Parts: sequence; C-alpha cells; structure tokens
Amino acid sequence: MMESGLAPDDLQAVWLTLKLAATATCLLLLIATPLAWWLAMSRTWYKGVVSAMVALPLVVPPSVLGFYLLLLMGPHGAVGELTLALHLGTLPFTFAGLVIGSVLFSLPFAVQPIQNAFEAMGRRPLEAAATLRANAWDRFASVALPLARPGFLTAIILAFAHTVGEFGVVLMLGGNIPGETRVISVAIYNHVEAMEYTAAHGLAIGMVLFSFVVLLGLYLSGGVRMVR
Amino acid sequence: MNGVGAHFVLQREGFTLDAAFSAPAVGVTALFGPSGSGKTTLLRCIAGLERAAGSLHVNGEVWQNGKAFVPTHRRPIGFVFQEASLFPHLSVRANLEYGYKRTRPADRQVHLEQVLEWLGLSRLIGRSDPSSLSGGERQRVAIGRALLTSPRILLMDEPLAALDANSKLDILPYLERLHRKLEIPVLYVSHALDEVVRLADHLVLLQQGRVIACGALSETLSRLDLPTAHLDDAGAMIEAVVAQHDEAYSLTRLDFAGGSLWVGRVAQPPGTRVRARVLARDVSIAMQHPQASSITNILEARIDEICDEGADKVVVRMGIGSEHVLLSRITRRSRDLLDLKVGMPVYAQVKSVALMA
Repeated sequence: MMESGLAPDDLQAVWLTLKLAATATCLLLLIATPLAWWLAMSRTWYKGVVSAMVALPLVVPPSVLGFYLLLLMGPHGAVGELTLALHLGTLPFTFAGLVIGSVLFSLPFAVQPIQNAFEAMGRRPLEAAATLRANAWDRFASVALPLARPGFLTAIILAFAHTVGEFGVVLMLGGNIPGETRVISVAIYNHVEAMEYTAAHGLAIGMVLFSFVVLLGLYLSGGVRMVR
Repeated sequence: MNGVGAHFVLQREGFTLDAAFSAPAVGVTALFGPSGSGKTTLLRCIAGLERAAGSLHVNGEVWQNGKAFVPTHRRPIGFVFQEASLFPHLSVRANLEYGYKRTRPADRQVHLEQVLEWLGLSRLIGRSDPSSLSGGERQRVAIGRALLTSPRILLMDEPLAALDANSKLDILPYLERLHRKLEIPVLYVSHALDEVVRLADHLVLLQQGRVIACGALSETLSRLDLPTAHLDDAGAMIEAVVAQHDEAYSLTRLDFAGGSLWVGRVAQPPGTRVRARVLARDVSIAMQHPQASSITNILEARIDEICDEGADKVVVRMGIGSEHVLLSRITRRSRDLLDLKVGMPVYAQVKSVALMA
C-alpha cells in the first residue's frame, strides 16, 4: 500500500510535524494544568466566560483563528510590535509562530479532559489530605495529579494528535517553508496541487493510520473522556 | 484554657449557623441534632474546612479569631468523614502512613503498630486496593489514618452513618475502646441517639443552626425542656458497675448510687464500669411497692418534674438516690388517676434495660 520510502522533503515534513506536536503538547500541559485546576475549583461567575474562550477553537474555523493570529503577530499587530521592539523579528512564517498557533488551537483538547478529571475527583480527597497535614502543593502533587492521571493521558494524546492534523492555522500563519513551517498536512496539499497523487498517498495513508492508532489506544485504555 | 471554645456565624442560602459551645479537654462530646441542624458544618468550621466568621480555641491555642485563621493542614486534628474517603490510588498501608509521614517526628506519639492493634488492622495492611475493603474496614482504616497524625483533638463526622447495621456493630467496640484510650477531646457528630448514649460524655444539642443546650450527657438527656426527652427513644443513662453474676438464672446485677438493676448475664467481670440505658417508654410508675410482679427492677424514686407531651402523654423525671435520674413516659390519664405531683415518693418499675458497653 505505502510507498517503500518517502522523499527527503516529505521525511522532513514528518519530522517537523512531530517536533511541532511535541513542543505544543509540552507547552499545553504547562498552560492547561493550572487553567483546568482553576476552572474545576473556582466558583466565580466569570468562570463561564473563561470556559467559553477556551472552547472557542472548537467552533471557530482554523482559518479565522489563523487570520487573527496573523494580524496580531504581524508587524502592525500588538504582539508583532512587541517582538520587533525586542529585536525578535515577527512570528508569522516561523516555527515559533506555528507553536503559538497550535497551542491556542489545541487548548480545549488539553484543558477539558484535565478539567473533567479534576471535577470527577471532587473536593473530598483534597479535604482529607488537608486534614492529614498536606499543604496545598503537597495535596496537588500527592492526590490531585495521580487521581487525574487518566485525564492527563487523554489530554496529551488528544493535543498531540490534534496538532499533527492541523492545517488551517498553519496555512494562514504562512506555513510552507521546508524545514521551518511545512508540516505534513501542508505537504499533502502541495502534492495534490502538483498532481503528485502517489506522494500524497504516502503521507495521507500514514496520517490515517496514525489517527486510527491514536484513537484505538485511547478507547482500549478506557481513559478516553472526549471533549464535552 | 483547655478544651474547646467555639463560636461560629455562617450565612448560607436558606440556612444560618450561629453556634457557640464549649467542650471539655477530655472525653467525647457529641454534636447532636436532626439533619440540617448544622452539626456537620460546625465540625467542618472547627477543622478549618469551612470558613465562617467567629472564633475558635482548642487546648489553649487560638485557631481562629478575627482575621487570624490557621489553615486546616496546620491544625493538629484528626478528621473522620462520614464516608471513609480513603485515597483510591494508594494502598492500605500508604493510606495509613499518609498523615504519619507528614507529621513532624517530634510530634509523633501514635505509631503504626499501636493503631494496627487498636483497630484490628493487621490483617488488612497488606491490601493494595482500599476499594476491596468492606465499609466497616474502610472506616477503621480511615480512623487509623487520622490517629496516626497524633492529633490533639479528634473530629468525627457521623462515622457510622454510612455503614450497614452489621458494620456498625463491628466498629462500635473499637470506638469505645479508643475513646477510653485516648487522652484527647473527641467531637462526635451524630443524629442517632443510641450512638450518642453509648459513646458520649458530653452533649451539644443543635437545632436550626443554634446550640440549644450544652452539658454533661446524662443531665442534658433528662432535661424535659429539650427535644431529646421527647424523642421516641428518649431515656436516661445510668453509669453503673457490674456487681454480681447470678449463674442459676443467668442474670447480672449492676449497682449504682441509689439502687441496682438486674440485667441479662453480661460477659464483663464484676467491677467493670458500664452504661445502662433505660428508655422512658419502658418505665412505669407505682405508688406502693408492688408485692407480686413479674418486673424485677423496682426502684425507689422521687418525682422531680412532669411535662406534657402531645395530647395524651406526659414525661416524668424521677430522681433515684442523689445522682441518677429516670424518665418515664405515661399517659396523662395515669398521671391524673395517680394524682402525681412533683416531690412525691414513688416506685419506678423498669421493664427493660439496655447495656451500652
């Protein structure tokens, strides 16, 4: 079915995609964990506002998100002016720009499973830990994290897989530079545009298999709690 | 100041807690009241799990006063929840040791071997999954886990309420032994009068978020102005000593200042202190000593107080000797037929005695 080997360009795209997904997933865990904790534990009215903002990428087309990120990070956007002032250049058409876009795009896929796990755990185990002399950090590390482990597993898998498959945000943020921003989905698009169907197949079937394996793993492990 | 002094005010939707009470430095103080009376909330305030306005001192330390608030994990408490709330990701041993490891070595006065013995946990400590334990076993592990922090006060929130009758009977003797062994105050939340009578020395009575009475158990239980005297299972508690066994009839005599009671043969040897509970509905009143009666237990008594209950009943409080009291629930007609008056000498006929320990 698959070609015996991928062209060096395509291999580079595969490698870049994996690097992007891994980087974005790590950043997502750092951002999503405190955010999910706050959403699960807080009782303030503006929790709903934050939840809606986190969930926005589920509904808004990726091209729309990419479009506004492009404006924001471009030379005339607020973020762009800041990065220019810091002599960092602008973020669109760079790997770092793609990472930022991917993190925002996949945020709900990381936040919601973790938040669900924290909510399912409830306050009781934390209260019990507090009566047993555990301070807040200790309670989080020794009780909340282990009890929410299935949620973290789901979040990692979903965030990684979702980043691997994204297309719209990448394209809008200028993703077609080999080795910098040309990820698998863009490479497939290029092949199809150039009528190179065999090469497109090689990458496309790989994506299908990858996605199937990820979902199979999720369902077999029983740890899946899909986004609400 | 030793013991516990607490006053909390908390506003919730449809519920106001405004409760003040004190409890002695030793013994078991029951927080007793119907569900919704605020007893659990009060206990959670003492643990620092709820933040109410007010003040709290325990064994001479201020835990809360104005803005000062000692967080839960710095309070030397042991807390037992209604559901055992064991950590599902930890083994039985790791659950037991969770708080022990977090207690400063210098403060550790209770050790694992002691707790295993007190609570009969030696068989269970090897279990890796706490969900494989029965309800009663889980609660015993939870109690052991709390004790292993060497608490200076033990807070128990209806620890038996979630258990079936068998598990309750299984765990009660452990609690009784524990309370005799521990030299720390225990606050015990319950809505079951029999548990309270069995375990408590002091009683704090709650109703709709307020403390309506607070005092020694037997005194408070026999106060006719309080709702406890008018519950279906209302009664008096008498502290007595096992005096003599009658092997021929398989009976045991219990002595107390002012009289004695015969009960079915008990296992405890003579000299053991026990609690006898006599329900108000099991006591009748006679003006003369009955000459021929199947009732064994007839005590000389004196009427202290009579209180109407509903349209047809009255509850009578009688003094036995100088220290003990009995309650009797009789019909209003009997009271009028016998023309019962406060101060009258009478005979209390006790149909049934329940031994609590």
